[in-house]
Amino acid sequence: MSDPALAALQFFRDRFAIDPSVTSSLLSVALSRGGDFAELYFEHRTNSAIMWEDQRVKSATRTVSQGLGIRVVRGDAIGYAYTESFEFDAMRRAAETAARISAGERTAPPIDATPFLSGVTYYDIDHPLVAEPAAAKVALLERADRAARSYDPSIARLDASIGDELKYILIARSDGKIVGDVQPLIRFNVSALSQRGESRQVARQGGGGRMGIEYFERVTTPEELAREAARQAVLQQDAAEAPAGTLPVVLAAGDSGVLLHEAVGHGLEADFNRKGTSNYTGRIGQAVASPLVTVVDDGTIASSRGSINVDDEGNPSGRNVLIENGVLRAYLQDEISARHFGVAPSGSGRRQSFKDYVMPRMTNTFMLPGEDTPEDIIRSVDRGIYAVSYSGGQVNISNGDFVFSVTEAYLIENGRVTAPLKNVMLIGNGPDVLSKVTRVANDYRLSDGRWTCGKDGQSVPVGVGMPTVLVSGITVGGTKL
Amino acid sequence: MTARAAEGVSALDIARRAVQLARRAGAEQCDAIVVAGSESTVTVRLGDIEKLIEAGSIGLGLRVIQGGRTAICATSDLAPDALERFAAETVELAAISAPDEYAGLPDPALFGSARDAAALGLYDERIEALSPDEKIRLARECEAAALAADRRITNTDGATLSTRVGEVALVNSLGFEGSYPATSISLVAEAIADDAEGKKRPGYWFSAERSLSRLGDPAEVGRIAARRAVDQLGARKPATARVPVVFEPMMAVSLLGHLAACATGDALYRGATFLAGREGQALASPLVTIVDDPLLPGRFGTRPFDGEGVAARRNVLVQAGRFEGFLFDCYTARRLGRATTGSAARGLESAPAPSSSNLVLEPGSLDPADILRGIPQGLYVTALMGAGFNPATGDYSRGAAGFWIEDGQLAYPVSEVNVSGNLAQMLADIDAVGSDLAWFGAAAAPTIRIREMTVSGR
Repeated sequence: MSDPALAALQFFRDRFAIDPSVTSSLLSVALSRGGDFAELYFEHRTNSAIMWEDQRVKSATRTVSQGLGIRVVRGDAIGYAYTESFEFDAMRRAAETAARISAGERTAPPIDATPFLSGVTYYDIDHPLVAEPAAAKVALLERADRAARSYDPSIARLDASIGDELKYILIARSDGKIVGDVQPLIRFNVSALSQRGESRQVARQGGGGRMGIEYFERVTTPEELAREAARQAVLQQDAAEAPAGTLPVVLAAGDSGVLLHEAVGHGLEADFNRKGTSNYTGRIGQAVASPLVTVVDDGTIASSRGSINVDDEGNPSGRNVLIENGVLRAYLQDEISARHFGVAPSGSGRRQSFKDYVMPRMTNTFMLPGEDTPEDIIRSVDRGIYAVSYSGGQVNISNGDFVFSVTEAYLIENGRVTAPLKNVMLIGNGPDVLSKVTRVANDYRLSDGRWTCGKDGQSVPVGVGMPTVLVSGITVGGTKL
Repeated sequence: MTARAAEGVSALDIARRAVQLARRAGAEQCDAIVVAGSESTVTVRLGDIEKLIEAGSIGLGLRVIQGGRTAICATSDLAPDALERFAAETVELAAISAPDEYAGLPDPALFGSARDAAALGLYDERIEALSPDEKIRLARECEAAALAADRRITNTDGATLSTRVGEVALVNSLGFEGSYPATSISLVAEAIADDAEGKKRPGYWFSAERSLSRLGDPAEVGRIAARRAVDQLGARKPATARVPVVFEPMMAVSLLGHLAACATGDALYRGATFLAGREGQALASPLVTIVDDPLLPGRFGTRPFDGEGVAARRNVLVQAGRFEGFLFDCYTARRLGRATTGSAARGLESAPAPSSSNLVLEPGSLDPADILRGIPQGLYVTALMGAGFNPATGDYSRGAAGFWIEDGQLAYPVSEVNVSGNLAQMLADIDAVGSDLAWFGAAAAPTIRIREMTVSGR
């Protein structure tokens, strides 16, 4: 496999003549008014997608986006500017703009640039989907279409899309470090409509990761994704009204990791804790969850959607234990927060694009498995909810209140999974729910790559994972009293 | 107007050039949209500057339709040779798509014009002239007012002032050309109050406008954020019940958004809307009239023409409870045998699709206090969370916070509750509409009351 760091350095040098002498001069301009630290973030990204509707290709799209983001840090404050042009004058003007966060005047010391090559990569950059012929991608969409329609006669529509992204980044910092990465990402989406008379149900499924076309053999197939969407749409046709009130909830393995992401993950991002706006502020070393709970954020899982070789400040990604046996161990740190807390950055500084400033963000967030079996956990519940898949969630960082929309859920009665339920919401408070985790199973699974995390208007791809877990009580937002 | 794409080249010039190049590369039909502008953001937290962001950007989106086959490409690399290659590649890309008899540009008879843009209040030179120091002063004043408003405000997530000065240009191969400048300014504050057991109560408020004169008083924005934080201190989780639910104007606006997303030709042909087959029928309570109006001056959804160049027009969605019809762009209109309603929204990277512009739920005559009167037990909603709305069925279920209503008064704050129902039923059950119309971005609504919904709590 090629080294992505080397490939990115070569890409920017060959294509745009961006080399260490260029980055060093720009960094000197950025620090010319006395900032503490400056960083350049070069990005070149190609996105393409093919949209499938009515059993044919509806449209094809391609977007190329490129630019340079310049950040100057002074204390906890940042000056930020960006330009879409790699012409030196345009880049210099952006550096001057970002420098204005500081009001002084000085001659910046020369910056001794050292390309940093770790030799480690968590994804293959040699066979990106973008290089595959269009016909190969269209064939995958056709396969999804056939599979959904043959699943059930009520499937009246199948919309699908296949998208790929190839992102080259180069980060040059005023401490001399130069780091690059090449990040491939693919995504396959299906949406199935089940129609019985006037009753319509739409269900969606998707997956992907930092892979090429081999995803459709190694991880799943278009047929599996399409049948899953079709199955959920048909299931919803017969789903019953969900109960309203507080009930025991069994969270199924895999996608339920989105609960961790919302309920605790965001609250452990160091920026909120540095500012004292998270409910986990000042609680390192304290019990914040049931002793059964260990939560990890790991950016190094091979080919996973949330993985990165380096973060967007040029720090290597890592495996970070956030909560260990219920005790809060660490926050997710970017450079500014790490300096504030006097710890090492955790490789968690991420941004949506060169137009955006860095924040501490999650990568792949999951709970480690326990010793129960999922069957025993379900058997232990007299009346409750079994939550399997989700369309998304949201959290109020400052107090931990969260909600999730559950797209596949069932009633549990006398230890058995019974009727499918519609319109289920789970609502609660992060620390409260984590303290009510009473059983954790041994069936940990990483969700297929379909999750995108939003924070301050910036989206980044993430992964989530979970074993089957029993929470003794969560408020279920149903319609039935 | 000084927001220029590049030295001496306007957004309109670039859009024209892209259409010319695509035609030369063999495009039968094409249109190009260019969005150019400069943005600035200032965040002040605890009196200090936390972020200063300033940048200009420009993007081009090109759509090519070749024998009914569609491709859409976007780029920000506008160097002459890059642009030529980009146009040719877009024409080539169309070959991947299948022919679609409904794809195509609008009938030229429907074209709008940018001539009327000046009267639409989209551009304010005072925003362009605002100095960095002035922006910092406005953000500081806002945050300081939040901190000073109440001793229980112990922290903030800062106050942020953002401005944008931009230009939109659209050109198509049937002769449409239009461009107009637009500005916006917004001020956002989040105040935080400390509650028992380490819980924090955030309060958020904002003002977002197209002209400086309409921007809310910065101190008032800060004070409202502070009040909304303090109001939530001691919030409880109420018992599960079926009760009347009152939505304050900002929350009522979110219901309009759900309805409008279901009232599009796109949702209709995909079978993904509970409104299918209900045109001309009673949908909501007779108290409800909802209008989509892109011609209201100075609002975020205001535009002289839509994303395909069709003249913008006012569309009534619900008239005294009756569902009047869907919003269409050219594609969905042709496909369903209708006429476009001038509702095409357009991004650089995607095909046009019908969408609302400025949505207004017409105000009624009731004072908001009168709406609470007579409610023995109920919920007053000031915050909603999560995406619990199913457009295909209308099923609605969202996390909420606000106040518990007892004997017609706001009795105590509540959080971690869920409200659920079905949007069709909720619209039919609206039994009070306030006179307190308020704007939030591209939508406006007054306080409304829904006769009964399920509130899940303890």
